[in-house]
Amino acid sequence: MSHPVETHAILDPTLAPPFPQAALNVLRNPQLRKNVSHAIDVIQGKRARLVAEKTDWQELRSAASAIRAHALEHLGFYLEQFEARCTAAGGHVHWAADADEARQIILDLLRKENASEVIKIKTMTSAEIQLNPFLEAQGIRAFETDLAEIILQLGDEEPSHIVVPALHINRSQVREIFARRMGLKNLSDDPQVLTAAARTYLRQKFLTIPTAISGANFLIAETGSVGVVESEGNGRMCLTLPRTMITLAGIEKVLPCFDNLEVMLQVLARSATGERMNPYTSLWTGVTPGDGPQNFHVVLLDNGRSPMLTRPVERQTLKCIRCAACMNACPVYRQTGGHAYGSVYPGPIGAILTPQLMHMQHAQSLPYASSLCGACYEVCPVKINIPEVLLELRSQVVNQERKQVLRFFDPMYLGLRIANLLFSRAWIFHAAQRLGRIGARLVTRKDGWIHSLPSVGGKWTQTRDLRGLPSQTFHEWWAARGKEAK
Amino acid sequence: MRASLFITCYNDTLYPETGRAVVALLERLGVELDFHPRQTCCGQMHANTGFRGEAFSQAKRFVQLYQDAETVVIPSSSCVAMIRDQYRGLFEELGNEALRKQFAALLPRVFELSEFLLDKIGVEDVGAYFPHRVVYHASCHGVRALHLGDRPYRLMAKVRGLDLATLPNVERCCGFGGTFSVKNAEVSSAMLATKLQDVVSTGAEYCTALDNSCLMHLGGAMHRQYAGMKTIHLAQILASTEDSPAEAFA
Repeated sequence: MSHPVETHAILDPTLAPPFPQAALNVLRNPQLRKNVSHAIDVIQGKRARLVAEKTDWQELRSAASAIRAHALEHLGFYLEQFEARCTAAGGHVHWAADADEARQIILDLLRKENASEVIKIKTMTSAEIQLNPFLEAQGIRAFETDLAEIILQLGDEEPSHIVVPALHINRSQVREIFARRMGLKNLSDDPQVLTAAARTYLRQKFLTIPTAISGANFLIAETGSVGVVESEGNGRMCLTLPRTMITLAGIEKVLPCFDNLEVMLQVLARSATGERMNPYTSLWTGVTPGDGPQNFHVVLLDNGRSPMLTRPVERQTLKCIRCAACMNACPVYRQTGGHAYGSVYPGPIGAILTPQLMHMQHAQSLPYASSLCGACYEVCPVKINIPEVLLELRSQVVNQERKQVLRFFDPMYLGLRIANLLFSRAWIFHAAQRLGRIGARLVTRKDGWIHSLPSVGGKWTQTRDLRGLPSQTFHEWWAARGKEAK
Repeated sequence: MRASLFITCYNDTLYPETGRAVVALLERLGVELDFHPRQTCCGQMHANTGFRGEAFSQAKRFVQLYQDAETVVIPSSSCVAMIRDQYRGLFEELGNEALRKQFAALLPRVFELSEFLLDKIGVEDVGAYFPHRVVYHASCHGVRALHLGDRPYRLMAKVRGLDLATLPNVERCCGFGGTFSVKNAEVSSAMLATKLQDVVSTGAEYCTALDNSCLMHLGGAMHRQYAGMKTIHLAQILASTEDSPAEAFA
């Protein structure tokens, strides 16, 4: 049986509802939750097996972390080196301060090619700058060529994961989308049949559209090369067949030297898809006459990244290599999937990256979308201490919000201010305990439990009871015991 | 050996039986316990919600109260994790050199209960008797912040009569997360439902942990759902003997 996929998700952080509200849509969709938890359990299992066979996994993590940290500490130097080497090899490097600039640069390049259609591969960054709708409005149609992205594009769906973007859609739903959009009435939901249908659809695009946009997993400063890793080979097609290629990459993607790939490719494949090596690793350097694209452009995108470099805690965010291990390990993501995060970057990394890309002006609910369980930090191959960054961002949100008059009476703010007063002196704390005991009697039932609480407490009692307050606190017991002994 | 008990604010208020059990257990093992009457909270709730200034004043209070303690024992992994992982950052940002030094000197003397038993006094068999089927919930802070590893299992293995059930997905969060449980109540409840399914599937009589916060969350749902399983802090199991069973502390 085929179920409709959820109602259209909003992945624009300036428009998306706060996380708790957006999460409700998913929590009410049992099919979607089943799809998500099944998919990540499979990936998690594969990852765990392949990480376990690496006896030097922790050393690899340390090495990967050090490489990324070093690149970010000297980012200006390595970016300029990349620009020089890439240019020397026949590429053109463009610098975009924000999404607007990046879109305009890409549009100008496409106009120069007289392109009315463009094929795309492996570029989440293009979703970050909402490139497709922009191009569409300018009369240029963009065709995704990654299998998952095709499913999303044809199904008018949004990505919910950064490595497996269509993870929330199962194969009977894929069958429905393909049958409807490709006009294939008798399509079965056999994965081979579905893949063959996608192949037929794609081959025609590869052979007729001479302009492509790609993302980049890595930019290599030493050689001016660009690297893309993928599983399907569609990327390889997209990267080699067109005449003109435009690569859009965030400025943080740079690696100092070619040798760094030895470490980075090992940790990336194992963390991302639970493979020893990803099936296709494409690396190219500028332009090679007679082979591959003859016009090659790289657009380096800042779009809120530079400010993150200034402070060491926040800077860690940019070490990310987009492996998605954090979201696969996250017990929150497991329940909500990606759409609740209202951004193309979901999960724990999205919870710290998105608000920062928005200069902390949007997505302020995301740093709170975590129970701080630490599973993300444990699996992160570049050792981003995500809980630490979450806490830093939470304190920035509180500093913003506590100045607002309306927040003064917000139960959460009021409660925490009162709690601070209670904890400042033991006698006030003890008086509050006694007062609380009297108050609790009013809501404690005969079974000794509290089943319903007012205000913020009601959020607790919507699914959980709370044991009534005991008649004696520990410190009262201790004091009484001391007197008895005397 | 002397030790100072930091009971934590929520154990003091909500779970005094855990404190009574810690006292019975440690005194049975010959530890001379004291209790600082001015103690309140470690600051975790404020720190984890983003109230840094408030967290700092509680952290400072903790360090000043305990600077002369021989050892501090705390029956709550998440509060110990707060002290180990967050105090340094708070003091670097908001404190002075003297406070940082005081803290650095105090930190190696702060122990979570299972660490205190195994690493500090070196007992694995605490002489406990608890003839029940038990499932152990490895709390996130115990596993990933304190790296308690097999410590709780080693302690439970020596409890006579205890039948330990294996918990599937033992390292997965129960969804409590402090204020997360109310700020993101629906997601937290969904996580709790997933966890509870695994916990209840073991058919144990008791679910135990080294954090009453997780147990308050799990126990609250068990009670709501008539799950027929009870929660109990590991201290109460370890304090339990033939003469003085766990119920004696309740």
